[in-house]
Amino acid sequence: MNRFLADARLVAAKDLRIEARSRVVLNQVAPFALLVLVLFGFALDADQRTLRAFAPGLFWVAVLLCALLAVQRSVSVEQADGALTGLRLSGMSPAALFVGKAAAVFVQLVVLEVLLTAGIIVLYGSEIEQPLLLVATGVLAAVAVACTGTLYGALASGLGVRETLLPILLLPVLAPVLIGATRAFDDALGNAAVDGWAWLGLLAVFAVVATAGGALAHGALVEE
Amino acid sequence: MVELNAAVALLGRFPALTGVDLRIEPGETVLLQGPNGAGKTTLLRLCAGLLAPESGSVTVLGHDLTTGPERRAVRRRVGLLGHSTGLYEDLTVAENVRFWARVAGLDAEPSVERVVGALQRLGLDDGLLDLPVHRLSAGQRRRTSLAALVVRRPELWLLDEPHAGLDQAGRNVVDTLIGDAVAAGGTVVVSSHELERVRSLSPRVVTLAGGTVHRDTNA
Repeated sequence: MNRFLADARLVAAKDLRIEARSRVVLNQVAPFALLVLVLFGFALDADQRTLRAFAPGLFWVAVLLCALLAVQRSVSVEQADGALTGLRLSGMSPAALFVGKAAAVFVQLVVLEVLLTAGIIVLYGSEIEQPLLLVATGVLAAVAVACTGTLYGALASGLGVRETLLPILLLPVLAPVLIGATRAFDDALGNAAVDGWAWLGLLAVFAVVATAGGALAHGALVEE
Repeated sequence: MVELNAAVALLGRFPALTGVDLRIEPGETVLLQGPNGAGKTTLLRLCAGLLAPESGSVTVLGHDLTTGPERRAVRRRVGLLGHSTGLYEDLTVAENVRFWARVAGLDAEPSVERVVGALQRLGLDDGLLDLPVHRLSAGQRRRTSLAALVVRRPELWLLDEPHAGLDQAGRNVVDTLIGDAVAAGGTVVVSSHELERVRSLSPRVVTLAGGTVHRDTNA
């Protein structure tokens, strides 16, 4: 178990260090996320009541679009010069590799969620009524998206057409996360009379299944 | 140490090795040669546990590589230098060497001295330690990749075209490195097209052709 955790931590730290150096998330994905929020504003007319009402859905669509970029980046880092072969050769558990890669994507998604939360408050005038529900939704949805994205990233890279295929594979699978997180945010932002905690339960189940399923299936995907 | 009996390996659906019989003793250095497509790289990947044999048997360092867990187990004890360097562009030379050493199972963080020592053995200047890999030349990348192997001290060295992309000084360094590995009790298998250069490293030359052993000077 110690070896497993040490390997996962090593991979996550490596991926985060690479992101810190390349600043792809900070300089490209984060501005993209904010741009998406602004463009939604243009598309829906700049009426703050309308934007406030749609803010949860727009927030999570923006998160999913950014997640695609983060996952593609996570995959390409290992593909660039045969690093994935090196990781396989290391004898590292594929589950540890999966957890490490997913953890790095998770951290990046949380950073983007914080930025986007500030974005909907400033641009759409949203107000947070249930901070705990908001944070719990953000964390569980990020776990679900990071784990599912990492698994499907490995699957798509094996098919050799990852750039175009990944969104088609991943987005339909993440539809329950989009629905559950949007409903929970509706409650947390006081937009609708729904039970956000019940939707949080759906997210928790999805996150557990994605983590366990990903850890089990990742080995078959990275092995030739 | 390494024993293959009628080993068959596929690349996709195509047989890359069609029945290889080979035995390599501990501490031995073996040179692999043969034309492109003869199966040299596939043989090295098979011995590294990266490929599963389709049929026949492959035993490396006491591990029967027909099973998945055994293939994963042998990987930590083997060092494979392939065609790609396996380096991360945005990490520095030292960070790459340390990462690959840690991930390969070295318990403690390799000391700076050990990393510097490995790089010096490969003829790399200390000043390169903190340079990101994307600023290195192709030859420097190749040497850094070799340094990552040196730090790990594998029991079995599998070197696929180790001289490729290196200048004359770099090639000499690689030859010295192979000699040192053998002197330290390691077993080395080198695939190369540069027969004249590598022949001085060992009297044993195995020639592959059509996915099988065509000639073995030891046989």
